[in-house]
Amino acid sequence: MTSVLYDAPGPKARARHLVFGAVSTIVILAIIGFVIWRFAETGQFTAAKWQIFSFPRVQQTLIQAAGATLSAFGVAAAGSLVLGLVLAVGRLSDRPWVSRPFHWFTELFRAIPVLILMMMLYYGLPPALGVRWPPYTAVVVALILYNGSVLAEVFRAGIESLPKGQREAGLAIGLRKSQVMASILLPQAVRAMLPVIISQLVVTLKDTALGFIVTYNEILFQAKFFGSQVQYGTPIVPSAIVAGVLYVGMCLILSGLAKLAERQLRRSQKVSDFRAGRGLVRP
Amino acid sequence: MNTLLDNLDVFTTGFRTTIILFLVSGLFALLLGTVVGAMRVSPIPALRAFGTLYVNVVRNTPLTLVLFFFAFGYPKLGLPEIDFTVSAIVGLSLYTASYVAEVLRSGINTVPVGQAEAARAIGLPFVQTLTLVVLPQAFRSVLPPLFSVLIALLKNTTVAAGFSVYEAGAIRAYLAERGEPALTVLLWVALFFVILVLILAQLQRYFEKKWKVAR
Repeated sequence: MTSVLYDAPGPKARARHLVFGAVSTIVILAIIGFVIWRFAETGQFTAAKWQIFSFPRVQQTLIQAAGATLSAFGVAAAGSLVLGLVLAVGRLSDRPWVSRPFHWFTELFRAIPVLILMMMLYYGLPPALGVRWPPYTAVVVALILYNGSVLAEVFRAGIESLPKGQREAGLAIGLRKSQVMASILLPQAVRAMLPVIISQLVVTLKDTALGFIVTYNEILFQAKFFGSQVQYGTPIVPSAIVAGVLYVGMCLILSGLAKLAERQLRRSQKVSDFRAGRGLVRP
Repeated sequence: MNTLLDNLDVFTTGFRTTIILFLVSGLFALLLGTVVGAMRVSPIPALRAFGTLYVNVVRNTPLTLVLFFFAFGYPKLGLPEIDFTVSAIVGLSLYTASYVAEVLRSGINTVPVGQAEAARAIGLPFVQTLTLVVLPQAFRSVLPPLFSVLIALLKNTTVAAGFSVYEAGAIRAYLAERGEPALTVLLWVALFFVILVLILAQLQRYFEKKWKVAR
């Protein structure tokens, strides 16, 4: 697709590209090398700084932290899918007094930063209501409200991208509006939007890291804790690397699923179908 | 209302920093994102590979982790010291650039093939094909997703509050010391964010109308 941007390179162009390629490789490797050199120079790779991660207790805690991240993600993902469906269906209602409130709700929660939502749920609401709940609740509920609203827009775009005849045919054979939605429109919309939906779930997984700021005991929170242990030489850079590997690994698996879904879709449908979802993912 | 009026100083300082973070990181993210997006469609395989690597790694890293590294890891590396605001700008720009690059790349694909073919037919090399013919059109067609990314950047600036930057996300912590109820403070902060997002959406509508592609 993109190859239309330039001619097939001839011998001269190939030689030039080789030179450009080599130069840019050297420059980029030099930047990466400089960072690694700084790491080594300041002793980030010494055994003393990594020693803390060799203790079974520390490894167990990290695995538990990863479990905490995944459990927050799992509940938030399921919850936001359900909320997204409800909001999308509500917003597509034919009755303005139903669709308007759903529209406002979606727009409102798409505009408020997740972190502010988390703070509201953790620092704001409990004292106002006179109750207490763990940071886990705040993290999960905030993620559901935000990602549910974003996913609602994704579902809606998916439903609206379907040909009009689908709905009309459903109504013509005597199905009710709710039946048309549940058995004709939604299955197709979800299928068309699957890559976008999974990409938004990657965002959800990444946003669990915000729990760090409202003291939820997840990977980054533990990394900060281990990283500030003075008797092990405050290994904050090694901790950041460990946390990074865990997060990037988990997200890459999920992103891989999104790519797979996209490829499957491209093979079985017209490409234009999932274009409707372009730009709907909100990082 | 009193919570807002009594502490107007904290609110204005906080939101001023937020807007500065947004404007500066937005500018750098657009520039870097355009470069990375161009790398991803360039004829040089090495550049394509680095562009893809960058986008794939950064898009799968939580912003909190990026800022964590720049706030806590960077000072340990013995490099010139930078303050927390600058490190937040660097982190936000690097993170947002990967999204800008992806949006632009998908926009480049929507420009009709004939445009690039015509550019090549009159003898333009890759850089000119891209900068004179394809990118100006791609920018217009990706305006809505691009604004989505910018709105997300505006909201993401709050994450910097977790890393010692005095911006809108940190207002709650400052006012907790003055004994203000957290919920009221946060509702005001949320309201201002809704207003800022509405302004950006309005701006998007204006640009869309102004740069409507006539085909």
